[in-house]
Amino acid sequence: MDLINFNNFSYRYKGNEEYALNNITLNIQENKFILLAGETGSGKTSLIRCMNGLIPQFYAGFYKGSVEIAGRDTVKASIADLSTIVGIVFQNPENQLVAMTVENEIAFGMENLGISRDEMIKRMDESVKLMEIEHLLHKAPFELSGGEQQRVALASILVLEPKILILDEPTALLDPYMAKKILNLLKAIQDERDITIIISEHRMDLILPLVNEIILMKDGYVIGYDTKDKIINGEKFKNLKINHPIIYSIFNDLSINKTFRGNIPSSIPEAINYLKDLK
Amino acid sequence: MVGKITEKSPIIFTKDVEYAYSNGTLALKGINLSVFKGELIAIMGKNGAGKTTLIRTFNGLIKPSKGEVLINGKNTRLKSIAELSKNVGIIFQNPMHQLFSNTIEEEIKFSLKNLDLNEEEIQNRTNIILKTFNLDKYRKRSPLNLSGGETKKLAIASIFCRNSDILVFDEPTLGQDSREIAFFTNLVKEELDKGKTIVIVTHNIEFAMENVPRTILMADGRIIADGPTRSVLNKEFLTEKSSLVLPQLYQFNSELLKVGIKCPDDVNSRNKMKSFIENYLKNKINIIPGENY
Repeated sequence: MDLINFNNFSYRYKGNEEYALNNITLNIQENKFILLAGETGSGKTSLIRCMNGLIPQFYAGFYKGSVEIAGRDTVKASIADLSTIVGIVFQNPENQLVAMTVENEIAFGMENLGISRDEMIKRMDESVKLMEIEHLLHKAPFELSGGEQQRVALASILVLEPKILILDEPTALLDPYMAKKILNLLKAIQDERDITIIISEHRMDLILPLVNEIILMKDGYVIGYDTKDKIINGEKFKNLKINHPIIYSIFNDLSINKTFRGNIPSSIPEAINYLKDLK
Repeated sequence: MVGKITEKSPIIFTKDVEYAYSNGTLALKGINLSVFKGELIAIMGKNGAGKTTLIRTFNGLIKPSKGEVLINGKNTRLKSIAELSKNVGIIFQNPMHQLFSNTIEEEIKFSLKNLDLNEEEIQNRTNIILKTFNLDKYRKRSPLNLSGGETKKLAIASIFCRNSDILVFDEPTLGQDSREIAFFTNLVKEELDKGKTIVIVTHNIEFAMENVPRTILMADGRIIADGPTRSVLNKEFLTEKSSLVLPQLYQFNSELLKVGIKCPDDVNSRNKMKSFIENYLKNKINIIPGENY
Protein backbone atom coordinates (compact mmCIF):
# COMPACT_ATOMS: atom_id res chain seq x y z
CA MET A 1 0.00 0.00 0.00
CA ASP A 2 1.21 3.50 -0.80
CA LEU A 3 1.72 5.75 2.18
CA ILE A 4 0.44 8.78 0.28
CA ASN A 5 -1.74 8.48 -2.77
CA PHE A 6 -3.01 11.38 -4.92
CA ASN A 7 -5.47 10.15 -7.49
CA ASN A 8 -6.03 12.70 -10.28
CA PHE A 9 -6.66 15.38 -7.66
CA SER A 10 -7.51 18.97 -8.61
CA TYR A 11 -8.38 21.86 -6.34
CA ARG A 12 -9.23 25.54 -6.56
CA TYR A 13 -9.71 27.95 -3.67
CA LYS A 14 -13.07 29.69 -3.38
CA GLY A 15 -12.77 33.14 -4.97
CA ASN A 16 -9.91 32.19 -7.27
CA GLU A 17 -10.61 31.36 -10.89
CA GLU A 18 -7.58 29.25 -11.67
CA TYR A 19 -6.91 25.87 -10.08
CA ALA A 20 -4.14 25.78 -7.45
CA LEU A 21 -3.63 22.05 -8.11
CA ASN A 22 -4.25 20.26 -11.40
CA ASN A 23 -4.68 16.52 -12.00
CA ILE A 24 -2.18 15.50 -9.34
CA THR A 25 -1.30 11.81 -9.37
CA LEU A 26 1.41 10.81 -6.90
CA ASN A 27 2.30 7.59 -5.09
CA ILE A 28 4.72 8.02 -2.22
CA GLN A 29 6.22 5.12 -0.23
CA GLU A 30 7.48 4.72 3.33
CA ASN A 31 10.96 5.70 4.45
CA LYS A 32 11.81 8.45 1.96
CA PHE A 33 13.36 11.88 2.31
CA ILE A 34 11.73 13.97 -0.40
CA LEU A 35 12.34 17.54 -1.56
CA LEU A 36 9.27 19.39 -2.82
CA ALA A 37 10.63 21.97 -5.26
CA GLY A 38 9.05 24.60 -7.46
CA GLU A 39 8.87 28.33 -8.06
CA THR A 40 6.80 30.38 -5.59
CA GLY A 41 3.11 30.11 -6.35
CA SER A 42 3.58 26.73 -8.04
CA GLY A 43 1.28 24.97 -5.54
CA LYS A 44 3.72 23.53 -2.97
CA THR A 45 1.85 24.80 0.08
CA SER A 46 -1.51 23.76 -1.41
CA LEU A 47 -0.18 20.24 -2.05
CA ILE A 48 0.97 20.05 1.57
CA ARG A 49 -2.45 21.18 2.83
CA CYS A 50 -4.00 18.17 1.08
CA MET A 51 -1.97 15.72 3.11
CA ASN A 52 -3.78 16.18 6.42
CA GLY A 53 -7.19 17.04 5.01
CA LEU A 54 -6.96 20.84 5.50
CA ILE A 55 -7.76 20.84 1.79
CA PRO A 56 -10.64 20.23 1.19
CA GLN A 57 -12.07 20.10 4.73
CA PHE A 58 -10.88 23.42 6.15
CA TYR A 59 -10.17 25.66 3.15
CA ALA A 60 -13.30 26.55 1.19
CA GLY A 61 -13.01 25.54 -2.44
CA PHE A 62 -13.76 22.94 -5.12
CA TYR A 63 -12.05 19.60 -5.68
CA LYS A 64 -11.99 16.62 -8.03
CA GLY A 65 -10.29 13.26 -7.54
CA SER A 66 -9.10 11.87 -4.20
CA VAL A 67 -6.19 11.79 -1.73
CA GLU A 68 -5.47 8.85 0.55
CA ILE A 69 -3.07 8.92 3.48
CA ALA A 70 -2.15 5.47 4.83
CA GLY A 71 -5.38 4.18 3.27
CA ARG A 72 -7.62 6.91 4.73
CA ASP A 73 -9.60 9.11 2.36
CA THR A 74 -8.81 12.71 3.39
CA VAL A 75 -12.35 13.83 2.61
CA LYS A 76 -13.90 11.33 5.01
CA ALA A 77 -11.30 10.87 7.75
CA SER A 78 -11.27 13.47 10.52
CA ILE A 79 -8.38 15.94 10.58
CA ALA A 80 -7.72 14.80 14.18
CA ASP A 81 -7.32 11.20 12.98
CA LEU A 82 -5.10 12.23 10.08
CA SER A 83 -2.87 14.26 12.36
CA THR A 84 -1.88 11.11 14.25
CA ILE A 85 -0.24 9.96 10.99
CA VAL A 86 0.86 13.24 9.43
CA GLY A 87 2.71 16.02 11.20
CA ILE A 88 2.96 19.32 9.38
CA VAL A 89 5.12 22.31 10.21
CA PHE A 90 3.85 25.30 8.26
CA GLN A 91 5.73 28.20 6.73
CA ASN A 92 4.58 30.69 9.34
CA PRO A 93 5.10 29.09 12.76
CA GLU A 94 3.12 31.79 14.56
CA ASN A 95 -0.09 30.40 13.10
CA GLN A 96 0.35 27.03 14.76
CA LEU A 97 1.45 28.05 18.23
CA VAL A 98 -1.47 28.33 20.64
CA ALA A 99 -0.36 27.66 24.24
CA MET A 100 0.78 30.07 26.96
CA THR A 101 4.20 28.49 27.42
CA VAL A 102 6.54 26.56 25.16
CA GLU A 103 6.31 23.57 27.50
CA ASN A 104 2.50 23.52 27.24
CA GLU A 105 2.76 24.01 23.52
CA ILE A 106 4.86 20.89 23.11
CA ALA A 107 2.66 18.88 25.50
CA PHE A 108 -0.59 20.05 23.86
CA GLY A 109 -0.60 17.63 20.93
CA MET A 110 0.46 14.68 23.09
CA GLU A 111 -2.26 15.40 25.67
CA ASN A 112 -4.85 15.26 22.91
CA LEU A 113 -3.55 11.87 21.82
CA GLY A 114 -3.80 10.48 25.35
CA ILE A 115 -0.12 9.63 25.69
CA SER A 116 0.97 8.55 29.19
CA ARG A 117 2.72 11.06 31.43
CA ASP A 118 6.03 9.17 31.54
CA GLU A 119 6.08 8.79 27.80
CA MET A 120 5.24 12.50 27.39
CA ILE A 121 8.16 13.53 29.57
CA LYS A 122 10.52 11.22 27.70
CA ARG A 123 9.51 12.52 24.28
CA MET A 124 9.52 16.14 25.42
CA ASP A 125 13.08 15.87 26.82
CA GLU A 126 14.30 14.27 23.63
CA SER A 127 12.78 16.79 21.21
CA VAL A 128 13.63 19.81 23.31
CA LYS A 129 17.24 18.73 23.40
CA LEU A 130 17.33 18.06 19.67
CA MET A 131 15.94 21.51 18.85
CA GLU A 132 18.10 23.24 21.51
CA ILE A 133 15.19 25.01 23.13
CA GLU A 134 15.69 23.94 26.78
CA HIS A 135 16.08 27.57 27.81
CA LEU A 136 12.75 28.58 26.24
CA LEU A 137 10.41 26.11 27.98
CA HIS A 138 8.82 28.65 30.32
CA LYS A 139 8.56 31.48 27.83
CA ALA A 140 5.42 32.36 25.87
CA PRO A 141 5.60 31.29 22.21
CA PHE A 142 4.59 34.78 21.03
CA GLU A 143 7.58 36.45 22.71
CA LEU A 144 10.08 34.27 20.83
CA SER A 145 11.94 35.27 17.68
CA GLY A 146 10.85 33.76 14.37
CA GLY A 147 13.71 31.28 14.41
CA GLU A 148 12.91 30.17 17.94
CA GLN A 149 9.21 29.78 17.09
CA GLN A 150 10.18 27.65 14.14
CA ARG A 151 12.16 25.28 16.37
CA VAL A 152 9.32 25.13 18.93
CA ALA A 153 6.83 24.28 16.16
CA LEU A 154 9.17 21.52 14.97
CA ALA A 155 9.56 20.09 18.48
CA SER A 156 5.79 20.13 19.06
CA ILE A 157 5.31 18.01 15.93
CA LEU A 158 8.30 15.69 16.52
CA VAL A 159 6.94 14.56 19.91
CA LEU A 160 3.86 13.16 18.13
CA GLU A 161 6.17 10.76 16.26
CA PRO A 162 4.21 10.94 12.99
CA LYS A 163 4.80 8.39 10.19
CA ILE A 164 4.83 11.27 7.73
CA LEU A 165 6.52 14.55 8.55
CA ILE A 166 5.89 17.46 6.22
CA LEU A 167 7.80 20.71 6.48
CA ASP A 168 6.99 23.86 4.55
CA GLU A 169 10.22 25.88 4.50
CA PRO A 170 11.12 24.93 8.06
CA THR A 171 14.36 26.91 8.10
CA ALA A 172 13.14 30.12 6.46
CA LEU A 173 13.55 32.16 9.62
CA LEU A 174 16.72 30.48 10.88
CA ASP A 175 20.26 31.74 10.48
CA PRO A 176 22.39 29.62 8.12
CA TYR A 177 24.26 27.84 10.89
CA MET A 178 21.08 26.72 12.66
CA ALA A 179 19.39 25.91 9.33
CA LYS A 180 22.18 23.53 8.41
CA LYS A 181 22.06 21.92 11.82
CA ILE A 182 18.27 21.40 11.77
CA LEU A 183 18.25 19.96 8.24
CA ASN A 184 20.98 17.48 9.14
CA LEU A 185 19.03 16.60 12.25
CA LEU A 186 15.90 15.91 10.21
CA LYS A 187 17.91 13.56 8.04
CA ALA A 188 19.14 11.72 11.14
CA ILE A 189 15.56 11.45 12.47
CA GLN A 190 14.38 10.10 9.12
CA ASP A 191 17.12 7.46 9.11
CA GLU A 192 16.45 6.45 12.68
CA ARG A 193 12.65 6.28 12.58
CA ASP A 194 12.20 5.13 8.96
CA ILE A 195 9.54 7.78 8.44
CA THR A 196 8.79 9.68 5.24
CA ILE A 197 9.76 13.35 5.26
CA ILE A 198 8.56 15.77 2.60
CA ILE A 199 10.24 19.15 2.75
CA SER A 200 9.82 22.34 0.80
CA GLU A 201 13.07 24.30 1.11
CA HIS A 202 14.63 27.18 -0.79
CA ARG A 203 18.17 26.52 0.46
CA MET A 204 18.97 24.00 -2.24
CA ASP A 205 22.66 23.85 -1.37
CA LEU A 206 21.86 22.53 2.09
CA ILE A 207 18.95 20.23 1.30
CA LEU A 208 20.03 18.51 -1.93
CA PRO A 209 22.81 16.42 -0.40
CA LEU A 210 20.29 14.99 2.10
CA VAL A 211 17.26 13.95 0.04
CA ASN A 212 16.76 10.80 -2.03
CA GLU A 213 13.76 11.86 -4.13
CA ILE A 214 12.42 15.11 -5.60
CA ILE A 215 8.89 16.23 -6.50
CA LEU A 216 8.91 19.10 -9.01
CA MET A 217 5.94 21.45 -9.30
CA LYS A 218 5.07 24.16 -11.80
CA ASP A 219 1.84 26.17 -12.21
CA GLY A 220 -0.16 23.78 -10.03
CA TYR A 221 1.04 20.61 -11.78
CA VAL A 222 3.46 17.96 -10.57
CA ILE A 223 5.87 17.93 -13.52
CA GLY A 224 8.25 15.32 -12.15
CA TYR A 225 8.69 12.85 -9.30
CA ASP A 226 11.75 10.63 -9.29
CA THR A 227 15.07 9.89 -7.65
CA LYS A 228 17.32 12.86 -6.99
CA ASP A 229 19.86 11.88 -9.65
CA LYS A 230 17.26 11.53 -12.38
CA ILE A 231 15.53 14.82 -11.51
CA ILE A 232 18.64 16.99 -11.21
CA ASN A 233 20.07 15.74 -14.47
CA GLY A 234 16.79 16.39 -16.28
CA GLU A 235 15.72 19.41 -18.32
CA LYS A 236 12.76 20.31 -16.07
CA PHE A 237 14.88 20.90 -12.99
CA LYS A 238 17.33 22.93 -15.05
CA ASN A 239 14.61 25.18 -16.49
CA LEU A 240 12.79 25.97 -13.25
CA LYS A 241 13.62 29.36 -11.75
CA ILE A 242 14.54 27.91 -8.37
CA ASN A 243 17.66 28.64 -6.32
CA HIS A 244 20.01 26.10 -7.87
CA PRO A 245 23.14 25.56 -5.77
CA ILE A 246 26.14 27.47 -7.15
CA ILE A 247 28.01 24.21 -7.75
CA TYR A 248 25.12 22.86 -9.82
CA SER A 249 24.80 26.03 -11.89
CA ILE A 250 28.56 26.18 -12.61
CA PHE A 251 28.72 22.55 -13.76
CA ASN A 252 25.46 22.92 -15.64
CA ASP A 253 26.93 25.85 -17.63
CA LEU A 254 30.05 23.78 -18.30
CA SER A 255 27.95 20.87 -19.49
CA ILE A 256 26.09 23.17 -21.90
CA ASN A 257 29.38 24.35 -23.43
CA LYS A 258 30.58 20.69 -23.44
CA THR A 259 33.60 21.23 -21.16
CA PHE A 260 31.91 18.85 -18.73
CA ARG A 261 30.04 15.61 -19.39
CA GLY A 262 28.26 13.27 -17.03
CA ASN A 263 26.01 13.63 -14.00
CA ILE A 264 25.92 17.21 -12.76
CA PRO A 265 27.18 17.46 -9.16
CA SER A 266 24.72 19.26 -6.88
CA SER A 267 26.92 19.60 -3.82
CA ILE A 268 30.50 20.48 -2.96
CA PRO A 269 31.51 16.93 -1.90
CA GLU A 270 30.18 15.49 -5.18
CA ALA A 271 32.10 18.08 -7.21
CA ILE A 272 35.28 17.49 -5.21
CA ASN A 273 34.98 13.73 -5.72
CA TYR A 274 34.68 14.20 -9.45
CA LEU A 275 37.60 16.64 -9.73
CA LYS A 276 39.81 14.55 -7.43
CA ASP A 277 39.33 11.46 -9.58
CA LEU A 278 40.51 13.33 -12.67
CA LYS A 279 44.05 13.45 -11.34
CA MET B 1 26.02 47.60 -7.28
CA VAL B 2 27.15 50.92 -5.87
CA GLY B 3 25.02 54.03 -5.94
CA LYS B 4 26.23 57.59 -6.06
CA ILE B 5 27.61 58.66 -2.72
CA THR B 6 27.34 62.43 -2.90
CA GLU B 7 27.11 63.95 0.56
CA LYS B 8 29.66 63.99 3.30
CA SER B 9 27.31 63.74 6.29
CA PRO B 10 25.65 60.36 6.86
CA ILE B 11 21.95 59.91 6.12
CA ILE B 12 21.75 57.34 8.95
CA PHE B 13 23.94 58.02 11.95
CA THR B 14 23.84 56.21 15.27
CA LYS B 15 25.96 57.17 18.24
CA ASP B 16 26.53 54.77 21.17
CA VAL B 17 23.02 53.39 20.79
CA GLU B 18 21.82 51.12 23.54
CA TYR B 19 18.42 49.52 23.84
CA ALA B 20 17.10 47.63 26.85
CA TYR B 21 13.97 45.48 26.90
CA SER B 22 11.55 46.02 29.78
CA ASN B 23 13.19 43.12 31.66
CA GLY B 24 16.55 44.88 31.50
CA THR B 25 18.16 42.68 28.82
CA LEU B 26 20.30 44.75 26.48
CA ALA B 27 19.43 44.13 22.82
CA LEU B 28 21.82 46.79 21.53
CA LYS B 29 25.08 47.52 23.32
CA GLY B 30 26.64 50.68 21.93
CA ILE B 31 26.03 50.76 18.18
CA ASN B 32 28.01 53.28 16.16
CA LEU B 33 27.09 53.31 12.52
CA SER B 34 27.26 55.76 9.61
CA VAL B 35 25.44 55.07 6.37
CA PHE B 36 25.79 57.59 3.55
CA LYS B 37 23.25 58.65 0.96
CA GLY B 38 23.31 56.27 -2.00
CA GLU B 39 24.87 53.38 -0.11
CA LEU B 40 23.72 49.77 -0.19
CA ILE B 41 24.57 47.84 2.97
CA ALA B 42 23.76 44.43 4.40
CA ILE B 43 23.34 43.70 8.11
CA MET B 44 24.05 40.06 8.94
CA GLY B 45 24.36 37.92 12.05
CA LYS B 46 22.80 35.28 14.23
CA ASN B 47 19.10 35.15 15.25
CA GLY B 48 18.81 37.44 18.25
CA ALA B 49 21.95 39.45 17.46
CA GLY B 50 19.95 42.70 17.44
CA LYS B 51 19.57 43.24 13.67
CA THR B 52 15.81 43.82 13.66
CA THR B 53 15.99 45.94 16.83
CA LEU B 54 18.61 48.15 15.19
CA ILE B 55 16.55 48.83 12.06
CA ARG B 56 13.52 49.63 14.20
CA THR B 57 15.44 52.57 15.64
CA PHE B 58 15.70 54.04 12.12
CA ASN B 59 12.02 55.01 11.88
CA GLY B 60 11.50 55.65 15.56
CA LEU B 61 9.52 52.47 16.28
CA ILE B 62 12.15 52.04 18.97
CA LYS B 63 13.74 55.00 20.73
CA PRO B 64 17.20 54.16 22.09
CA SER B 65 17.54 53.83 25.89
CA LYS B 66 20.90 55.59 25.53
CA GLY B 67 22.64 57.30 22.62
CA GLU B 68 21.18 58.97 19.55
CA VAL B 69 19.90 58.02 16.12
CA LEU B 70 19.99 60.76 13.48
CA ILE B 71 18.14 60.37 10.20
CA ASN B 72 19.03 63.08 7.68
CA GLY B 73 20.67 64.89 10.57
CA LYS B 74 17.44 64.91 12.62
CA ASN B 75 17.22 63.20 16.00
CA THR B 76 14.57 60.45 16.02
CA ARG B 77 13.58 61.39 19.58
CA LEU B 78 12.20 64.69 18.30
CA LYS B 79 10.17 63.22 15.43
CA SER B 80 6.95 61.22 15.29
CA ILE B 81 6.90 57.76 13.69
CA ALA B 82 4.52 59.15 11.06
CA GLU B 83 7.04 61.82 10.05
CA LEU B 84 10.00 59.46 10.13
CA SER B 85 8.23 56.81 8.08
CA LYS B 86 8.03 59.28 5.18
CA ASN B 87 11.85 59.20 5.11
CA VAL B 88 12.38 55.60 6.11
CA GLY B 89 10.35 52.72 4.67
CA ILE B 90 10.81 49.44 6.52
CA ILE B 91 9.66 46.16 5.01
CA PHE B 92 9.42 43.63 7.82
CA GLN B 93 10.30 39.96 7.80
CA ASN B 94 6.80 38.60 8.20
CA PRO B 95 4.64 40.19 5.49
CA MET B 96 1.43 39.13 7.25
CA HIS B 97 2.16 41.61 10.03
CA GLN B 98 1.82 44.54 7.70
CA LEU B 99 -1.05 43.46 5.44
CA PHE B 100 -4.63 43.94 6.53
CA SER B 101 -6.81 45.24 3.67
CA ASN B 102 -9.50 43.29 1.84
CA THR B 103 -7.88 43.46 -1.56
CA ILE B 104 -4.40 43.93 -2.92
CA GLU B 105 -5.37 47.19 -4.57
CA GLU B 106 -6.71 48.62 -1.30
CA GLU B 107 -3.53 47.57 0.48
CA ILE B 108 -1.45 49.81 -1.80
CA LYS B 109 -3.98 52.66 -1.68
CA PHE B 110 -4.02 52.58 2.11
CA SER B 111 -0.28 52.89 2.17
CA LEU B 112 -0.46 56.02 0.00
CA LYS B 113 -3.24 57.68 2.02
CA ASN B 114 -1.26 59.84 4.42
CA LEU B 115 1.13 61.21 1.81
CA ASP B 116 -0.97 64.27 0.83
CA LEU B 117 -1.91 62.92 -2.59
CA ASN B 118 -5.29 63.41 -4.26
CA GLU B 119 -7.53 60.50 -5.32
CA GLU B 120 -6.33 60.56 -8.91
CA GLU B 121 -2.65 60.52 -7.96
CA ILE B 122 -3.29 57.67 -5.52
CA GLN B 123 -5.04 55.63 -8.25
CA ASN B 124 -2.28 56.36 -10.77
CA ARG B 125 0.52 55.42 -8.43
CA THR B 126 -1.34 52.29 -7.37
CA ASN B 127 -1.71 51.23 -11.01
CA ILE B 128 1.98 51.78 -11.72
CA ILE B 129 3.11 49.87 -8.62
CA LEU B 130 0.80 46.91 -9.30
CA LYS B 131 2.17 46.72 -12.82
CA THR B 132 5.81 47.04 -11.76
CA PHE B 133 5.39 44.23 -9.24
CA ASN B 134 3.36 42.09 -11.61
CA LEU B 135 0.49 41.98 -9.13
CA ASP B 136 -1.97 43.54 -11.57
CA LYS B 137 -3.75 40.27 -12.22
CA TYR B 138 -4.45 39.80 -8.49
CA ARG B 139 -5.77 43.37 -7.99
CA LYS B 140 -9.12 42.29 -6.46
CA ARG B 141 -7.77 39.30 -4.57
CA SER B 142 -7.42 39.18 -0.79
CA PRO B 143 -3.82 39.38 0.48
CA LEU B 144 -4.61 36.17 2.38
CA ASN B 145 -5.12 34.37 -0.91
CA LEU B 146 -1.57 34.77 -2.21
CA SER B 147 1.31 32.34 -2.01
CA GLY B 148 4.09 32.98 0.52
CA GLY B 149 6.42 34.48 -2.09
CA GLU B 150 3.73 36.71 -3.59
CA THR B 151 2.70 37.99 -0.15
CA LYS B 152 6.28 39.04 0.40
CA LYS B 153 6.21 40.89 -2.90
CA LEU B 154 3.00 42.71 -1.93
CA ALA B 155 4.52 43.77 1.39
CA ILE B 156 7.50 45.21 -0.49
CA ALA B 157 5.18 46.98 -2.98
CA SER B 158 3.07 48.50 -0.19
CA ILE B 159 6.09 50.26 1.32
CA PHE B 160 7.87 50.85 -1.94
CA CYS B 161 5.03 52.96 -3.37
CA ARG B 162 5.69 55.60 -0.70
CA ASN B 163 8.94 56.57 -2.39
CA SER B 164 10.96 57.14 0.80
CA ASP B 165 14.65 58.12 0.67
CA ILE B 166 15.78 55.21 2.81
CA LEU B 167 14.52 51.67 2.24
CA VAL B 168 15.11 49.02 4.86
CA PHE B 169 14.38 45.37 4.07
CA ASP B 170 14.26 42.65 6.71
CA GLU B 171 15.01 39.32 4.99
CA PRO B 172 13.69 40.28 1.54
CA THR B 173 14.82 37.11 -0.23
CA LEU B 174 13.30 34.76 2.31
CA GLY B 175 11.06 32.19 0.67
CA GLN B 176 11.70 33.71 -2.75
CA ASP B 177 12.67 31.74 -5.84
CA SER B 178 15.49 32.78 -8.16
CA ARG B 179 13.14 34.67 -10.49
CA GLU B 180 11.89 36.80 -7.61
CA ILE B 181 15.36 37.31 -6.19
CA ALA B 182 16.43 38.57 -9.63
CA PHE B 183 13.40 40.91 -9.65
CA PHE B 184 14.34 42.21 -6.22
CA THR B 185 18.01 42.65 -7.16
CA ASN B 186 16.99 44.69 -10.16
CA LEU B 187 14.61 46.81 -8.07
CA VAL B 188 17.41 47.61 -5.64
CA LYS B 189 19.67 48.56 -8.54
CA GLU B 190 17.09 50.96 -9.98
CA GLU B 191 16.48 52.59 -6.61
CA LEU B 192 20.21 53.06 -6.07
CA ASP B 193 20.41 54.75 -9.46
CA LYS B 194 17.74 57.18 -8.23
CA GLY B 195 19.98 58.01 -5.26
CA LYS B 196 18.11 55.98 -2.63
CA THR B 197 19.88 54.51 0.39
CA ILE B 198 19.22 50.83 1.02
CA VAL B 199 19.74 48.66 4.08
CA ILE B 200 19.13 44.91 3.83
CA VAL B 201 18.99 42.61 6.84
CA THR B 202 19.68 39.14 5.51
CA HIS B 203 20.90 35.62 6.19
CA ASN B 204 21.33 35.12 2.46
CA ILE B 205 25.10 35.10 2.28
CA GLU B 206 25.23 34.29 -1.45
CA PHE B 207 23.00 37.28 -2.19
CA ALA B 208 25.23 39.59 -0.14
CA MET B 209 28.39 38.21 -1.79
CA GLU B 210 27.12 38.88 -5.29
CA ASN B 211 25.27 42.15 -4.81
CA VAL B 212 26.12 44.13 -1.70
CA PRO B 213 29.36 46.14 -1.44
CA ARG B 214 29.37 46.73 2.34
CA THR B 215 28.37 44.36 5.13
CA ILE B 216 27.90 44.91 8.85
CA LEU B 217 28.16 41.82 10.99
CA MET B 218 26.38 41.80 14.35
CA ALA B 219 26.68 39.47 17.33
CA ASP B 220 25.16 39.80 20.77
CA GLY B 221 23.97 43.40 20.35
CA ARG B 222 27.26 44.69 18.94
CA ILE B 223 28.79 45.34 15.55
CA ILE B 224 31.71 42.91 15.24
CA ALA B 225 32.73 43.74 11.67
CA ASP B 226 31.99 46.48 9.15
CA GLY B 227 33.61 46.62 5.72
CA PRO B 228 33.63 45.32 2.15
CA THR B 229 31.34 42.25 1.97
CA ARG B 230 33.89 39.88 0.51
CA SER B 231 36.40 40.63 3.27
CA VAL B 232 33.85 40.58 6.09
CA LEU B 233 32.42 37.23 5.02
CA ASN B 234 35.69 35.36 5.27
CA LYS B 235 36.78 32.77 7.78
CA GLU B 236 37.98 35.17 10.40
CA PHE B 237 34.49 36.44 11.26
CA LEU B 238 32.41 33.46 10.28
CA THR B 239 32.66 31.71 13.56
CA GLU B 240 29.88 30.09 15.48
CA LYS B 241 29.49 33.49 17.13
CA SER B 242 28.10 35.13 14.01
CA SER B 243 26.31 31.87 13.16
CA LEU B 244 26.87 32.26 9.45
CA VAL B 245 28.29 29.56 7.25
CA LEU B 246 30.98 30.28 4.69
CA PRO B 247 29.67 31.28 1.27
CA GLN B 248 29.45 28.24 -1.04
CA LEU B 249 32.31 29.58 -3.17
CA TYR B 250 34.68 29.93 -0.22
CA GLN B 251 33.72 26.46 1.03
CA PHE B 252 34.38 25.02 -2.42
CA ASN B 253 37.67 26.88 -2.58
CA SER B 254 38.92 25.42 0.69
CA GLU B 255 37.71 21.89 -0.17
CA LEU B 256 39.56 22.13 -3.48
CA LEU B 257 42.72 23.04 -1.63
CA LYS B 258 42.36 19.95 0.59
CA VAL B 259 42.58 17.70 -2.47
CA GLY B 260 45.52 19.67 -3.82
CA ILE B 261 43.75 21.92 -6.31
CA LYS B 262 44.98 25.45 -5.70
CA CYS B 263 42.43 28.04 -6.67
CA PRO B 264 43.56 31.72 -6.56
CA ASP B 265 42.18 33.88 -3.72
CA ASP B 266 40.51 36.33 -6.04
CA VAL B 267 38.14 33.64 -7.30
CA ASN B 268 35.28 35.13 -5.31
CA SER B 269 32.41 35.25 -7.75
CA ARG B 270 30.39 32.61 -9.54
CA ASN B 271 31.77 33.58 -12.95
CA LYS B 272 35.41 33.54 -11.85
CA MET B 273 34.92 30.09 -10.32
CA LYS B 274 33.29 28.89 -13.51
CA SER B 275 36.29 30.03 -15.60
CA PHE B 276 38.69 28.46 -13.14
CA ILE B 277 36.93 25.05 -13.28
CA GLU B 278 36.58 25.34 -17.04
CA ASN B 279 40.34 25.88 -17.45
CA TYR B 280 41.09 23.16 -14.97
CA LEU B 281 38.94 20.66 -16.86
CA LYS B 282 40.43 21.68 -20.23
CA ASN B 283 43.99 21.19 -18.93
CA LYS B 284 43.14 17.80 -17.49
CA ILE B 285 41.69 16.77 -20.79
CA ASN B 286 44.88 17.83 -22.60
CA ILE B 287 47.09 15.99 -20.16
CA ILE B 288 45.14 12.74 -20.32
CA PRO B 289 44.20 12.32 -24.00
CA GLY B 290 43.13 8.71 -23.48
CA GLU B 291 40.13 9.61 -21.30
CA ASN B 292 36.61 9.29 -22.62
CA TYR B 293 36.04 12.84 -23.74
